[in-house]
Amino acid sequence: MTATDTSLSTTTPVTKGSGISARARKRLTSPWASLAAVVIAVLWTLPTFGLAVSSLRPEREIKTTGWWTFFRDPTITLDNYRAVLSAEGSEGLGSFFVNSFVITIPSVIIPICLALLAAYAFAWIRFPGRSVLFVAVFALQIVPIQVTLIPLLTLYVKADIVGSFWTIWLSHSIFALPLAIFLLHNFMRDIPPGLLEAARIDGAGHRQIFFRVLLPLLTPAVAAFAIFQFLWVWNDLLVALTFAGGGSEVAPITVALANLSGTRGTAWHLLSAGAFVSIIVPVVVFLLLQRYFVRGLLAGGLKG
Amino acid sequence: MTTAGKFLEMGTAILLFVAVVGVILFVAGRLGGRRGDRWVAFLYLTPAVLMLAVGLIYPAARTIYQSFFDAAGDTFIGLDNYQTIFTSDEQLTVLRNTVLWVVVTPFAATGIGLLYAILVDRARLEAFAKALIFLPMAISFVGASIIWKFVYEYRPDQVGVKQIGLLNQVLVWIGGTPQQWLVDPPWNTLFLILVMIWIQAGFAMTVLSAAIKAIPDDVVEAARLDGVTPVGMFRYVTLPSIRPAVVVVLTTIGIGTLKVFDIVRTMTGGQFDTSVVANEFYSQSFRSGNEGLGAALAVLLFVLVIPIVVYNIRQLRAAEAR
Repeated sequence: MTATDTSLSTTTPVTKGSGISARARKRLTSPWASLAAVVIAVLWTLPTFGLAVSSLRPEREIKTTGWWTFFRDPTITLDNYRAVLSAEGSEGLGSFFVNSFVITIPSVIIPICLALLAAYAFAWIRFPGRSVLFVAVFALQIVPIQVTLIPLLTLYVKADIVGSFWTIWLSHSIFALPLAIFLLHNFMRDIPPGLLEAARIDGAGHRQIFFRVLLPLLTPAVAAFAIFQFLWVWNDLLVALTFAGGGSEVAPITVALANLSGTRGTAWHLLSAGAFVSIIVPVVVFLLLQRYFVRGLLAGGLKG
Repeated sequence: MTTAGKFLEMGTAILLFVAVVGVILFVAGRLGGRRGDRWVAFLYLTPAVLMLAVGLIYPAARTIYQSFFDAAGDTFIGLDNYQTIFTSDEQLTVLRNTVLWVVVTPFAATGIGLLYAILVDRARLEAFAKALIFLPMAISFVGASIIWKFVYEYRPDQVGVKQIGLLNQVLVWIGGTPQQWLVDPPWNTLFLILVMIWIQAGFAMTVLSAAIKAIPDDVVEAARLDGVTPVGMFRYVTLPSIRPAVVVVLTTIGIGTLKVFDIVRTMTGGQFDTSVVANEFYSQSFRSGNEGLGAALAVLLFVLVIPIVVYNIRQLRAAEAR
């Protein structure tokens, strides 16, 4: 717990000769303020830390003693992770973990491909009804996915793709499109028109402009959306629960964990290790690409 | 299916969509001239618009239609489903809980996020301190629910039985008796809400911290030279400057909270009077087989979201216009 290191003494150079300024700053960084920050930081990390410690303890100990006793008598085991990651046996979540990847990757790539095309058309091609259509797509962001689930399920039954990955890929792609088109369109509009005009004069068609001029400039926007969508799909429960069922064929790890938590509330050795396996992937993605994320976050808050 | 088989199917799906995009680009590339532009736009828009029409607009319309039908979905019953939502005891509890969630979560999460953003602003290790609060955002609601369920875990208060949940242990340490936090209404809903606050505070903190840093230095400096106290600084300088951001954060969290499903479903499954509209929609549609009521609940969610979204977008515009 290094959270207690968040001491608040400022390092900001105070403008020279302003005693008032120094005093104001000093008051802000009073011991009480530091204490409050530390308390919040501890409250926000301790629950996760407790489960992390538990995931490394033997099953019997998790169920009989609190994780804080671990420091008095540390016994570390990787058995829980072994049990959770094995693809065999009823306890293993290994195949669900694989499913999460299989679900997430196309659910990120497909909407980005389709949204790039649509956003380009909205941003840079003039055609009748453009603004009406764009506002309509934008407005679709407010549709809660709950409203669509049952009719979609009926459609999938008719198309005979129920119980396959296709239902989840298609659903996530559809739900992502309004936001993706809107975001990418806004970024495309920010690119100076002169750049495109110059390319056009040089004889470039839509395809060349799209690949040679726009795409390189759009990387941050695509990355922002990709991270947002990755976290959204990886962490999703509702869509997966509706379309994938509970079996290990298609269902992702969130579904497996939710079921485990509901039916066997006391299987803490599996729950703790399983939760950490599921948490580690989005956390790594998030930490690696953090700077792109914040932008996507604010724009994507309406989704769901 | 084997793991290799799954990844093969995944690869096929990606290739298929990339191929579709490739064909569209190729065909569009063949079209020339001013008149050709319309066709290019048409081709570029077709896949997205088609998917939205079939996968979003049609289902939404269908659900609204279905909400006027009975449980089996074949007898027209007018507004009966909506009447059930607003009159039956069970559904009124659901509505009460939803209101509690939507009122408490945004303000608590924003308040804590704002406080923390101010406390760690320009502090040593600021980036690290922020990451601690922000990381719960990357964790799934299911993961967060398991983390907190473990904190709330209850063991009967008997000799020789030790608590394994932190909250009950703390209670025992200060001389109390362990509680079943998730069982007794109405407090159990508050313990569920706490999980959402835990997740969303990081979002509030990040956005508000960026807004605070965007306040021009000379404004802050001028206030300081006038001898404004830290509290006055917050009241008269910080808060007015970041007001649009605060409103956007409040409404964004509000929308997310309105649709909260995973937490309730994972922690209590909606038992012990903890259900909310989004969870009740799932239970009615897929558990109880009451398609009509499920549809009506989904429509209710839709209707409740609209005003907040409209307000949010207007504020977002206002914030950008500055």
